[in-house]
Amino acid sequence: MTVVIAGAAETDELGRLPGHSTTQLHLEAARNALADANMTIHDIDGIATVGTPGPIQIAHALGITPAWLDGTGVGGSSFLFHVRHAAAAIRAGLCRTVLITHGESGRSRVGAGRFGMGADSLLGQFELPYGVVGPSTSFTITALRYMKETGLTHEQLAEVAVAQRRWAHLNPRAMYQDLITVEDVLASRMVAYPFHLLECCLVTDGGGALVVTSEERARRSPVYLLGSGESAESPIISQMEDFTTSKGFRLSGEAAFAEAKITHEDVDHLMVYDAFAHVPIYGLEDLGFVGRGEAGAFIADGHTSPGGRLPLNTNGGGLSYTHTGMYGMFAIQESVRQLRGEAAAQVPDVELSVVLGNGGMFASAATLVLANRLP
Amino acid sequence: MKPAPKPTPETQPFWDGTAAGELRIQRCRPCARHYFYPRPSCPRCGGDQVEWVRASGRATLYSYVLNHRPAPGFENEAPYPIAVVELEEGVRMMTNIVGVPATPEHLPLDMELRVVFEQRGDVSVPLFEPAGGAR
Repeated sequence: MTVVIAGAAETDELGRLPGHSTTQLHLEAARNALADANMTIHDIDGIATVGTPGPIQIAHALGITPAWLDGTGVGGSSFLFHVRHAAAAIRAGLCRTVLITHGESGRSRVGAGRFGMGADSLLGQFELPYGVVGPSTSFTITALRYMKETGLTHEQLAEVAVAQRRWAHLNPRAMYQDLITVEDVLASRMVAYPFHLLECCLVTDGGGALVVTSEERARRSPVYLLGSGESAESPIISQMEDFTTSKGFRLSGEAAFAEAKITHEDVDHLMVYDAFAHVPIYGLEDLGFVGRGEAGAFIADGHTSPGGRLPLNTNGGGLSYTHTGMYGMFAIQESVRQLRGEAAAQVPDVELSVVLGNGGMFASAATLVLANRLP
Repeated sequence: MKPAPKPTPETQPFWDGTAAGELRIQRCRPCARHYFYPRPSCPRCGGDQVEWVRASGRATLYSYVLNHRPAPGFENEAPYPIAVVELEEGVRMMTNIVGVPATPEHLPLDMELRVVFEQRGDVSVPLFEPAGGAR
């Protein structure tokens, strides 16, 4: 059975939305995705979303009585997991049409869950005592090791933010659109050396939703799911096996490419979760698009920028477009737009797109291979 | 006040060790390999034939960031190094590097370190300083 994304949409607005609660963001995104799919709540029998508020509340708030639920909450990659799990459930006949929702009041924190882990948690015992303040001080901690082992320069790290801003410059929905230079990045405030402010993602409010179903139930031009993969590594970054490569990126990518039966030459467009500037570098290498230590120069040479041979993070990414906290939904949305030919910064002739999602600090990972035609 | 960890049953021996001025980690007897964080199952073989051993306290600097936006309790120290060190026994842990100026010039990766302990409430946490002593 061929599984497709039959509906996809974001909230009307992204950015600073103090008038929207977390639940409202879910519901607005859900209604927009259902409209995009030419469907109603009565077509939906499966629901997937992360932890708070969770699939029970979102299904109930929308008026859906689900025959299948997935509450997988493994960080920002969760929505890629949901697509993969929904496809398996649809193929197994457990449900017919799944609604996947994301809403996060990441900036305004309206109706949002509380941050924080107990002093007796793994984090509370082995990270928090050392003054970590979230992802900016833990997700980033691998970078100096990567730089030492590969020769990546501070300028090349900054080039990631410069390249993505070139895409955001073409996208009226991007939070930051003004072009920037390497000098601008290196002159921006230091957050956690070696990371400057412009090498760290935004913190925004927003949401997105997807309708996943079988090809025959789709009521609009579908986006085909050709392959997917998922994996996980360590719940705390200090236990990541090798600070220069993500096992989850590698394994989920290999699985997705194998299922889709594609090679790198087949890929027209790529989204790599970019909470911080080093993550797309790991993504390019761990998915095998370039060799070890080559991604920094690849990006600096413009190959991922507009007009380049591997358009990457074409919405501007978490660094410039939006980052609610769990960005993966927005990476999928941009792939769908590119495959439909509806993106703000549309790449010509995109037929196949790969999305790599990260969860936590290189903790979980999932990869989707999407296309607008069957092979 | 800096955050203090709260031990759990499986981590209590680690924190008992730090209270005694020792860095204790676990080792799988059949695998003859150390591992961290504390848990009753060897991540290589899945077995439970594990024992607590005293680590030498010698380590090298694997990677770090210099945090410019201090956590509560660290206000007077920013920027401060949040590091991951590799113990001589082969396991890694997060820590702070102390006894050295918090600049990249003073914190070359792979520099040799030794454990010291800092009291946090009822618990003592392991920190690391240059092997030759504070500079």
